[in-house]
Amino acid sequence: MILFQSWRQNISDFLEETGELAFFAGRFFREVTRRPFEFKELLRQCYNIGNRSLLLVAVTGFIIGLVFTLQSRPKMMELGAEAWLPSMVGISIVREIGPIITALICAGRIGSGIGAEIGSMRVTEQIDAMEVSGTNPFKYLVVTRILATTLMIPLLVVMSDFVALMGSWLVESIKGDVSFFYYFDEVFVSLDFADLIPSTVKTFFFGFAIGLVGCFKGYNCKHGTAGVGVAANSAVVETSMVLFIIDFVSVLVSDLIF
Amino acid sequence: MAQSESKKSVISIRNLKKYFGQHMVLDGFDLDLYEGESLVIMGKSGSGKSVMIKCLVGLVPHDNGTINIMGRDLDLADENDMDYIRTEVGFLFQGSALYDSMTVRENLEFPLRRHTRKFGEIDDATPLVLEALRDVGLEDAIDLMPEELSGGMKRRIALARTLILKPAIILYDEPTTGLDPITSKEIVMLMKRIQEQYKTSSIIITHDVDCARYIADRMILLVDGINYAEGTFAQLDASTDPKIQAFFKT
Repeated sequence: MILFQSWRQNISDFLEETGELAFFAGRFFREVTRRPFEFKELLRQCYNIGNRSLLLVAVTGFIIGLVFTLQSRPKMMELGAEAWLPSMVGISIVREIGPIITALICAGRIGSGIGAEIGSMRVTEQIDAMEVSGTNPFKYLVVTRILATTLMIPLLVVMSDFVALMGSWLVESIKGDVSFFYYFDEVFVSLDFADLIPSTVKTFFFGFAIGLVGCFKGYNCKHGTAGVGVAANSAVVETSMVLFIIDFVSVLVSDLIF
Repeated sequence: MAQSESKKSVISIRNLKKYFGQHMVLDGFDLDLYEGESLVIMGKSGSGKSVMIKCLVGLVPHDNGTINIMGRDLDLADENDMDYIRTEVGFLFQGSALYDSMTVRENLEFPLRRHTRKFGEIDDATPLVLEALRDVGLEDAIDLMPEELSGGMKRRIALARTLILKPAIILYDEPTTGLDPITSKEIVMLMKRIQEQYKTSSIIITHDVDCARYIADRMILLVDGINYAEGTFAQLDASTDPKIQAFFKT
């Protein structure tokens, strides 16, 4: 009985939070089209979000490309399919590994940062101070951050994909004496629009989800400084879950379309 | 009564009610603040003082009653009215609430960006920022970050940020809480000087009897969600009512 009640409570909490998140997203879409537009803050956020994650995303992407090729190469050689390695790595990275790994890293780096920053502003009454000074805090803090993540995550993914392919080429060039032009020619020949379009479109959704959940958690932060930690932590956990759901849905949809 | 005849009311609250779930916080609270007056509101922790002034600026929605600020009914206020109220009513938060990612200069410039109605388009806000900082005696702090300021300095900068819009009314939420007695006294004296210099009307929420004694033209004791007692500091201090005495004889 107690177990049943606990499950019921968990499901009820989950549905309640999902509803609140949907309202929060609805408010974003209402506010994003209304004046005044906070262009300066948007640019600042774009710079912060892109710049803050650039090195981390680049290093991670490079290592993934390197490791993926190192691990796949012996098996491909065994099967006599060594020539297919650039194509396989290219498709894997562009379609799946690049977007999802970059988004997960950004969820940890950016999502938690947004959750903690806005959460700390909430508990120290900075958001209230903004409101009484006549600035709409939702527009200034939330809309700009969600837009910035939506615009910057796709760029970070493109960069991460390129760096990962560079890592992969480095292994190929050392172990297989493959030239840069030959390697990238093989990669681009194997990729078509059906690979590029869905994987690019979904990164906008990834960015939106990272910004939305981070802002939602921070904006609704309660219970003082302990609440800030909870907001940052749950922003990462819940964003990661949402990212996998978006990824799954995008694969289903692109399978239907392409 | 004599005051209400001679001076104009700038804030008028009637039958204000606020509940959090089943818990009643304000139960028909009434208040009038007159032009140029310093009104101190005292009450026990959790008695609804902060909730009341947050209702005044629309940060917390009230459940019943009317709030009229400088002739504008808060419930009926449109965007222009709210802009007017936001410009004319300054709010000093208990914890200063400085934007910690901005310098002192940016903190002070921030409210100006939305209030072009009062000041017009401002190309260079530095003279206004310096004037506000001069008022609180912290001109040298203009390029510091909030983390580099002491508690008292933060409170002064927050006051400067409030003053920069030249409000007609300032609401102070426990302005001396968390400060040492000497700094508290400095802040209270600064509040008094600001009020005399700019002829502002003020509502001061405080537990600090010394602060109330120094600054209050009139006081309200908030007990059980209503204005339990009202009068000058001397009148309330002389009262024999045990509930009133509890505030003064500690």
